[in-house]
Amino acid sequence: MGALRTIGRRLVGAVLLIWLAVTFDFFLFRLAPGNPVDQMSRIPQGSAELQAQLNREFGLDQPMLVQYLRYLEQLSQGNLGVSFVNRRPVRENLVDALLNTLPLVGLGLLVAIALGIGLGVLAGAYRGRSVDHGAVTLATFMYSLPPQWVGMVLLFLFSGLLPTGGMTDQFLIDPTPAQKLLDVGRHLLLPALTLGLVMFGQYTLIMRSSMVETLSDDYVLTARAKGFRPRYVLRRHALRNALLPTVTLIGLSVGAMVGGAILIEVVFSWPGVGRTIYDSIVARDYPMMQGAFLVFTVSVVLFNLLADATYSLLDPRVRRAGAGR
Amino acid sequence: MSALAESARSTRRTARRPTPGLVFSIAVLSLFTAGALLAPALFPAGSGAQVGDPYAFPSSSHVLGLDDAGSDVVAELLWGARVSLLVGVLAGVMTVVLGGIAGLVSGYFGGWFETLLMRTTDFFLVIPVLPVMIVVAALYGTRLVNTIVIIGLLSWPGTARVVRSQAKTVRQRLYVRRARAMGASHGRTLIQHVLPQVVPLLGASTALAIGHAIFFEAALRFLGLADRSTTSWGQMIADSFERGAITAEAWWVLLPPGLAIGLVLLSTTVIGRQLEQRTNPRLSVSHLGLRSFRRPTPVQEAQ
Repeated sequence: MGALRTIGRRLVGAVLLIWLAVTFDFFLFRLAPGNPVDQMSRIPQGSAELQAQLNREFGLDQPMLVQYLRYLEQLSQGNLGVSFVNRRPVRENLVDALLNTLPLVGLGLLVAIALGIGLGVLAGAYRGRSVDHGAVTLATFMYSLPPQWVGMVLLFLFSGLLPTGGMTDQFLIDPTPAQKLLDVGRHLLLPALTLGLVMFGQYTLIMRSSMVETLSDDYVLTARAKGFRPRYVLRRHALRNALLPTVTLIGLSVGAMVGGAILIEVVFSWPGVGRTIYDSIVARDYPMMQGAFLVFTVSVVLFNLLADATYSLLDPRVRRAGAGR
Repeated sequence: MSALAESARSTRRTARRPTPGLVFSIAVLSLFTAGALLAPALFPAGSGAQVGDPYAFPSSSHVLGLDDAGSDVVAELLWGARVSLLVGVLAGVMTVVLGGIAGLVSGYFGGWFETLLMRTTDFFLVIPVLPVMIVVAALYGTRLVNTIVIIGLLSWPGTARVVRSQAKTVRQRLYVRRARAMGASHGRTLIQHVLPQVVPLLGASTALAIGHAIFFEAALRFLGLADRSTTSWGQMIADSFERGAITAEAWWVLLPPGLAIGLVLLSTTVIGRQLEQRTNPRLSVSHLGLRSFRRPTPVQEAQ
């Protein structure tokens, strides 16, 4: 019961956050300097009549509140406007891009989790020794590197072996589904590895400190006193409990991951949401920019919600604390 | 490496002696700061001056070789450090001033302002920062001042949260309550009694914020959303991407700016974290000394 109520409360919070983000998105673009008609029509010195007509057409002569309500209404119907560049609905463009971003972020996240948790457990178990110091320094350093630069270094290192950009090989004629999958996989490898390398550091740090804390808990001492082998205690008692804070952090880090994904998609010409936002900057495609921004925000809010929910399902203590609050 | 671990352990016991990591970090930052300040003296021609063939290999006269325009990579690196560090420091200070004031006031007074601040920071901590920066930079222009202000305006909530919780505990301390009882005004209590307890934390936040700002400046540069009339480390990365340093296999052009950013960020992180640890004794107290249990370590015995 407690878990359901906690999740319900988070759900309300998430809906509120999304509404705030949507509102923020609206005012960010509406309050920008310069006449939006100038930008939209790309006729900087259009005649007064033309501007007035465009203003009427786009509803920009209406009061701000009316514009805002209309925006919310359209948004609730899934209408994000039409791209200036290819005249397709923004939503269609974004769905395509999102489907391309998901495998990149998914594989990158897997690499980051594997590296982060592995190194973090090692550092925590060897606390205060050179392995620990080495792991912490490496994690902090890797996390400090600019993602775009890490991608470029990987490009430099693997330029002969793996494709350097795009998602598919243009010269692959009539590939079988298996060939196609392999081709996309080869293209995916470097960008996903880049994302994993720049993201794992923070997981290592949180996993380490959580391991250190768990290893000094009473039940670990009890388990040792009962005569269990240290390795067994490490795996069964310490690791399981130490994983909890990491789960939350992974959810919270999706925001940072989105930033990394933008830069990485640009480096590797990966046709995802990040690349879309970049292209829309270059082309001054405001509806696309607005839509992509919304997709990022909403997905980050959803991932946070997911992390919270997982956490309270995994840890009964949180559930009780949540119900008591 | 074992000497490093050994000294780290003895520091924990005796405390207050600088760790090798801290010494290293301060050295890195001093070196880059000195280089940035000396750039006009060492390379009076400025950045972008052609001194030889494009992508010339490192030599004794140009230790890091030349870039796509035939400019000395060392000169670019030092001139670039001026902009990168300037953006870092100004945006970092802005972050900490905004976050510090918001955190102090809300932690000290509480009430509706605190609620408002907490909800605002909730929002800012959730929304992805880089896309917001991109949109703001694209809409409001890419001058250097804009870059600094954008980074500062979007980074303060983290600082505000940390400062707030510290101010909240300090406010409850006996001497602060006594000062209030003896008739000190809110302003005086805040500045004389609460602020000094928060200052080390502000220092830690500044170090971290400087690192963040440099990171985001590089990201904005890479996306073409910064003023290109000056060079910076981020610009060097963007240039080597756009102008084919990878195809030319010019690793001497590609590697330095990224490593410089990585080293500076590593240093600010180490300094920030250590400052934080020294301020907040709770962080350094482990729950139970498990030395007896921890020998031999589990992994070690398993081998």
